Amino acid sequence: MPVRAAEVHVSAAASLSDAVSELAKVYESKSRETIVLNFGASSTLATQILNGAPVDVFLSADEAQMNRVPTLVRVPLLSNRLAIVGKPLLKARRIAIANPEAVPAGVYAKQWLQRRGLWAAIAPKLIPTENVRGALAAVLAGNADSAIVYATDSRIGEVIMDSPTIIYPAAVLRGAENVAGARRFLEFLQSRDAGAIFRRYGFLVK
Amino acid sequence: MTDAAIIWFTVRMAALATALLIPPALALAWLLARGTWRGKSVVETLVALPLVMPPVATGLILLKLVPHGVVFTWRAVVIAMMVMSSPFIVRAARVAFENVSPRYEQIARTLGAHEPRVFFTITLPLALRGIAGGVVLGFARALGEFGATILVAGNIPGRTTTLAVAIYDRVQLGHDSAAWQLVAAGVIVAFGAIWLSEKSTRRRA
Repeated sequence: MPVRAAEVHVSAAASLSDAVSELAKVYESKSRETIVLNFGASSTLATQILNGAPVDVFLSADEAQMNRVPTLVRVPLLSNRLAIVGKPLLKARRIAIANPEAVPAGVYAKQWLQRRGLWAAIAPKLIPTENVRGALAAVLAGNADSAIVYATDSRIGEVIMDSPTIIYPAAVLRGAENVAGARRFLEFLQSRDAGAIFRRYGFLVK
Repeated sequence: MTDAAIIWFTVRMAALATALLIPPALALAWLLARGTWRGKSVVETLVALPLVMPPVATGLILLKLVPHGVVFTWRAVVIAMMVMSSPFIVRAARVAFENVSPRYEQIARTLGAHEPRVFFTITLPLALRGIAGGVVLGFARALGEFGATILVAGNIPGRTTTLAVAIYDRVQLGHDSAAWQLVAAGVIVAFGAIWLSEKSTRRRA
């Protein structure tokens, strides 16, 4: 059994995993602390936390999932924007978005379409996908003419400038066993060095 | 974590889960095949439950039942695999035991053999081929376990990430070619398991 006290257990949204894996390596080499990463859909991670899974830091892809868990310290860590991939929406016949009722990327896309008064025109053309990657894949495979995805998902997309506010909150959890270590890692994530790495993966740093 | 390490970890966990499952699964299968007792039909149904329920539902139940120190460790991986592959082993063993004619057991008893001896020298050897088929299927099911594992063991690279979870993770991240590499490896392992299963259950000519 590894010694728990020396480890910081971090549950992070799947969309963060490339960036956070790199950040954890950088942090480990600087601090000599061990970061144990667990990746998944934010909703799954919140469910695990609510059922007593050992987690110190939670990095969620949306506020709704973070609201479900009791936190000690909570900060808005990153933000993201929507982007359109493929044809302009009004010229497309089939438009892929993540499930607009459940998946954050789809919920944000629906919000934006409604605000622009486009929802009624576009709703019949929508192909809902299980997650935001599915929407991107549908365009790349030619099964949809365009998709609305996160700016971080695709460098080829056109970023939507008036996109809804998309916040990735980070928190030290109330049930954390290693509170001190968790606070130190959260501080690191907000540092300038960490920000540079997040930006390299396309995120906007708060 | 390299692909080979992920596959080796998954194979080890599945082998351990299967090995731990065999003794209780055989005992239960024998009781179901030979015994008549109260609540037998309830137990029969319970055993089949992981086969019918969505694995995520099983994972949610396990998340409630498994002690907190076990969640997010390799032990949770083994537990999830054991639960999900138990119906395969129990059902196959039960049918195998039922197909052993009770007359052979009776004859052994009239010759003075006590019950454990009857079981280990008559029933078990005659049922072995059917049991072996079930064990290989159970092992194969454990190899591919996803839904329960990701809830109760999480996706912790190097600690709990199994083949199925790693493939899902890579697809989620859009690392398609890396996902395909693991899919290819998974196909080879699954092919081997099924081929072994066929071979072990085929009647020797």
